[in-house]
Amino acid sequence: MSTLVKPGTRYKSTVCDTEVIVVKPPAAAVDLRCGGHPVIEVGAEAPAGLTLDPAFSAGTPLGKRFADPESGLELLCTKAGAGSLSIGDVPLPLKDAKPLPSSD
Amino acid sequence: MHLGMLLEMAADGLADRVALGPRVGGLSFAELAHQARRVGAALQTLPGDRVGLIDLNSPAVPLTLFGSAIAGKPFVPINYRLADEQLRAIVTRTAPATVVVGAGVAERLGDIDGIHLVTRDELLAIAADTEAKEADGWGGDPEDIAVLLFTSGTTGEPKAAVLRHRNLTEYVISTVEFAGSAEDEVAIVSVPPYHIAGVSASCSSTYSGRRVVQLESFEPRAWVDLVRAESVTHAMVVPTMLGRILDVIEADGQGLPSLRSISYGGGPMPLPVIERAVTALPHVGFVNAYGLTETSSTIAVLGPDDHQAAIGSDDPEVRARLGSVGKPLPSLEVTIRDPGGQEVPTGEHGEIWVRGGQVSGEYLGIGRIENDGWFPTRDEGHLDSGGYLYVHGRLDDVIVRGGENMSPGEIEAVLITHPAVEEAAVVGIPHRDWGEQVVAAVVTSGEVTEDELRGHVRAQLRSSRTPEHIQFRSELPFNENGKLLRRVLRTELEQAFSS
Repeated sequence: MSTLVKPGTRYKSTVCDTEVIVVKPPAAAVDLRCGGHPVIEVGAEAPAGLTLDPAFSAGTPLGKRFADPESGLELLCTKAGAGSLSIGDVPLPLKDAKPLPSSD
Repeated sequence: MHLGMLLEMAADGLADRVALGPRVGGLSFAELAHQARRVGAALQTLPGDRVGLIDLNSPAVPLTLFGSAIAGKPFVPINYRLADEQLRAIVTRTAPATVVVGAGVAERLGDIDGIHLVTRDELLAIAADTEAKEADGWGGDPEDIAVLLFTSGTTGEPKAAVLRHRNLTEYVISTVEFAGSAEDEVAIVSVPPYHIAGVSASCSSTYSGRRVVQLESFEPRAWVDLVRAESVTHAMVVPTMLGRILDVIEADGQGLPSLRSISYGGGPMPLPVIERAVTALPHVGFVNAYGLTETSSTIAVLGPDDHQAAIGSDDPEVRARLGSVGKPLPSLEVTIRDPGGQEVPTGEHGEIWVRGGQVSGEYLGIGRIENDGWFPTRDEGHLDSGGYLYVHGRLDDVIVRGGENMSPGEIEAVLITHPAVEEAAVVGIPHRDWGEQVVAAVVTSGEVTEDELRGHVRAQLRSSRTPEHIQFRSELPFNENGKLLRRVLRTELEQAFSS
């Protein structure tokens, strides 16, 4: 993923159903992967023959936010899938969010 | 992100949960998404670049909000309570558009160039037609305009605030956890569809997975009955609503046992009302939310824990926080600045400025105020040492008496603490020596003289802030959302007391 991605850009896994949307773009280019393989933009054609890497198969739950403390990248999962997110080989952690009192 | 995606995520993750209406027979999130996609497909082919709505609350409101988003057209909910002439003027400014109308509205509008009308029933029939085409709900550009909201125009010609998809979705995803609501949670929506709180209620409830029941328009007895009948857990009210709700439940003694949370906002809440509410509803968590149309709703919240801490504290600074709007949301920045735009020290009064993804600060035909992303709210306020934000009122309402600036809100807050005073409003009217003089209007429930009230203010504030004249009235002029019509009041008090 280049540093030029805009908030709102959508990516999908090449080996499972996972889809994410960029909430905050990274400060420097990052190698965002899902299920062990680089993600592609939604709408792009997935390369054939890839399989889910068991080391990255914990799953990505719908609606969870992820944040990479190093690059500042923040993602939201918009479709759940069997693969898990990573930057290179480093798993991408969930963003800590303290719930706010409901105001609507 | 895009509003259509919020709904698609809910339809995907919470398909069978009831989204809208009664627990039995209500629309599920999956059905709501199907219906919104049908409305979206229809709106794509209907004439106009925008989609207006002039109606009370009904399922057509969220369906038109999400349907417009899916169709890629701005949603423009318009105040049905406007006088016919004003209503026609605003609809004319919305053209070219398709406008969804409730009963009796078409007759009031007549023929307007570039305006195509669809009735609420026609829209609901399209939504429910399982044969109708469905548009794709996932696409859409986050930069597109999601909603145009006309400001209430209490201080001038109404302006159309521009809220883009990224503003509203930033607000939702930074304040609400996806599917974070328990399955038994139910929100009652009684604010009108043209109020920002109506828009944010649809968005937040969808994303959190909370069922919504609607009241066509607010009426205290009907509100209490619906809360009891549907075991409502969450409610949002403006200050005038809360007092009237308390009147009903104090009279019938039945309470509101299902209710867990009441958030209030949309204007200053008199301390006596919130203290009365905390006593009458001890099991309810109270949330004070402060926000503006231009900031996609809430920017600061005083939560239930803050309310408890303030009520139970001996520390005057902590106690005073019941009159604050709490802390700014962690996803945005708030500063207090002087008229030159320089930040003032903690505790000093100034203009509230805010920056963050949910802040639009943009008006149709006027553009965005560019200050490195900062939006000057025109609200006067201050931050205390704990980071709590206090709002003192609109800067345009500040009274300048003999070179001294004073906020009406500060004087009103003192007047309202007198046991005989129910409502109070303070304005400045021209004075030949002082430039302006302070005058007040009060609604009282007991015997009290003008001199007693003046003494009450003088004892707590300096004498320059003591009203020169106080008018006793049976009511104050409010608009339907409980917003004081200061211009109207100022004109009336000027006629009564001008010197």
